[in-house]
Parts: sequence; structure tokens; C-alpha cells
Amino acid sequence: MEEDQELERKMSGVKTSMAEGERKTALEMVQAAGTDRHCVTFVLHEEDHTLGNSLRYMIMKNPEVEFCGYTTTHPSESKINLRIQTRGALPAVESFQRGLTELMNVCQHVLDKFEASIKEYKDQKASRNEATF
Amino acid sequence: MAAAQAVEEMRTRVVLGEFGVRNVHTTDFPGNYSGYDDAWDQDRFEKNFRVDVVHMDENSLEFDMVGIDAAIANAFRRILLAEVPTMAVEKVLVYNNTSIVQDEILAHRLGLIPIHADPRLFEYRNQGDEEGTEIDTLQFRLQVRCTRNPHAAKDSSDPNELYVNHKVYTRHMTWVPLGNQADLFPEGTVRPVHDDILIAQLRPGQEIDLLMHCVKGIGKKVARVANPRLDTFSREVFRNEKLKKVVRLARVRDHYIFSVESTGVLPPDVLVSEAIKVLMGKCRQFLDELDAVQMD
Repeated sequence: MEEDQELERKMSGVKTSMAEGERKTALEMVQAAGTDRHCVTFVLHEEDHTLGNSLRYMIMKNPEVEFCGYTTTHPSESKINLRIQTRGALPAVESFQRGLTELMNVCQHVLDKFEASIKEYKDQKASRNEATF
Repeated sequence: MAAAQAVEEMRTRVVLGEFGVRNVHTTDFPGNYSGYDDAWDQDRFEKNFRVDVVHMDENSLEFDMVGIDAAIANAFRRILLAEVPTMAVEKVLVYNNTSIVQDEILAHRLGLIPIHADPRLFEYRNQGDEEGTEIDTLQFRLQVRCTRNPHAAKDSSDPNELYVNHKVYTRHMTWVPLGNQADLFPEGTVRPVHDDILIAQLRPGQEIDLLMHCVKGIGKKVARVANPRLDTFSREVFRNEKLKKVVRLARVRDHYIFSVESTGVLPPDVLVSEAIKVLMGKCRQFLDELDAVQMD
């Protein structure tokens, strides 16, 4: 019988392109045996600091999250380990989902504001050009 | 009073000391400071966030983003540099290369040439697909032969006079439309961005004859983004003994200056919009994965 401390890998990834024999799992979850759902490590494939750091920031802003950190396992492997520990009320998966959704909302807002600014700048330039004629 | 000011400074400013930079990392997470509510609030973010365009022309853009954290601003910078899709030469089929430039060096140079084609109109090529279809590939032909100029003066030593076609430029690349591409893209719109990039040099008798496949991919794209401008802040004041004690240099933590320069394929404001959409796409991909997993 294994020790309680031994990690029990819970492979929950989506398998695509089975015909080519190639497994493109983008996301795995690893949970130590014995803990409940509030401490989980997510393995995100094909990702790096770009998503890792911004996601970590959004998840840390959640008051229910006690700990959130990410590492790149090795520079030649393109994957990150993101660990989330919550204070107990919220399952870690939900805080991960919430972090992703909030990051998407931030991006949407940045996009809207940016496009509005660009449009305003172009209009201003156009009207300034007209004024000189 | 002083303590409150010190806390404010720690939260909002990056301080440039004489020998080092302090307060670099973001610390305003919930629970770190008593009396502050640091939980994420979308409305508060939207109220404080601002984008100001300083300067824009067809190849470069400079704008300020205020009210956003380093992590997210850096994510945009990283995506702009490496993950905005672009069309570039990937496969080079060499029929004849008797020039002094080796095949692989020539192929490497061709891969760096920016191609004027909107990557949003193309799909990614499927893995293992060798031929390429009209929806994911652009074909270019490069066929140049160098010959001696029979009309050159006898004692001339200028290569421009002596040889014909001795310099191979990007303007020698011709587009070979696949399928219905000729109808979709009017003549002259699909080409290298610059006509005058020197690819190779030849001498009489040497010839280059090759076919290039240009596909959509992510990778190095020459867009320089600099934020914040740490190097333009003058620190001369620290050399003056008397001023040193009186002056304190600090930077506002969440004010970022972006300076984007495009290779010419897409205008810089489109590049930034695409970069933001790439980040949204990543989030959406993981949200979909999570939903799919929770279904089982």
C-alpha cells in the first residue's frame, strides 16, 4: 500500500487527434492523496511566463486564495506548474476558472479602451489636417 | 503620518536608489496591508485604467497604459514580440543553387524576409501536410542567373557595369498564386514588404532557382516594445554629494510606455489589438478545457 504522501496523478486532460497517435493535452491536474480539493497543482502545456505571470497575478487578487505560484519546470520544456491553495471554502479549480475569466475581462476592457484611443487619435489627426487647409 | 506615506510609496512607487532599485514587486494583494481592500474589482480597474496614444504613424506607435499591473503589461509585450501570427517563408525547395551562398544560409535568409500578406486571412497549416493548400500557403519563385555584360567597357572594374543580375534582391521574388488566390488577392498586394533587401550576390555562370512556401506561424517578429523607459531616467543627481541626500527618484508603478515598431506587414495598432486577442484566446482555451474536463 502506498504512503499517504505519494502523489496520485489524476490525469484529466482532453485527448485530441488520436488518429495520429499524438496526444495534445493542454491541461493536467495533480493532487496529493489525502488533501481535499483546495490544494491543486495545474500543469499547463505549451505555456510560459506570458500566461503564467498574468494568471498568477489575477488569482492572487482573489481574497479566498491563500497561495498561488507558478514555475517553469525546465527551460527546454514548454510547460508551467501552477499551484493554487485556497483558504478552504473555495475549491481550487473554481479559483482557477475565476482567474481565467477575470483575465479575459481585463483583456477585453484593455482592447476596447485601446481601440477607442486609437480611433480618437486618428479622428483628431484627421480634423487637424483638415483645419490647416 | 510618515508611516502612512511610506506604505503608500511601497504600494505605488518603484524607488531608484543610488545603487539599486527597490520595491520592484507588486505587493498589493488581499491581506498584505491592513486597512486596504486589495481584492480584484473590475469596476475599480475600469475606472482607473487609461490608454493615451502619444504618437502614431504607419510603422510605429507609442502609447501609454496607466492603471495596469506589470504582469499583464509584460504579457502583452511578450506576445507582441513572439506570438502574433505572421506569414513567413518556411520551406524552400531548391532546384538549382550554384551561388557561393550555401543552401541552408540562403534558406535562413529567405525565412527572415517580411512578407506583405495579412495573416488573419490564412489558416495554420495542418501538421504533416507537405504540399500546402491555397488556404494556408503562399508560393514565391526566385529565379536569377548572372551573366557577363557584353557592352561593358574593357578596363572597367565596377561590378555594376561588368555583370548583369549580380545582386539578388527581394524584388526578384515572384508570387505564384495557388488555386483561387489570384482572385482573392489583386496583383501586387502579395509581395515582400521591402523591394530592396539584398538576398545574395552572384557572378557570371551562377544561378539561383528555388521555390518558397510561406506559411502562417508565430515566432520572431521585429516589433520593439519598451516599457517602462528605465534608461531615459537621468540618475546624474546621485553624483552630486549635496543633492544626493535631498532628492528621491521614484517611478509610478502602474504607468507603462509602449513603443511598438512594425515590420510593415500589419500596422502597429492592429498588432497590439491582435496581441490582446491572443491573450484572450489563451484564457478561453483553458476555460474550454476545464469545462470539457468537468463534463466527464
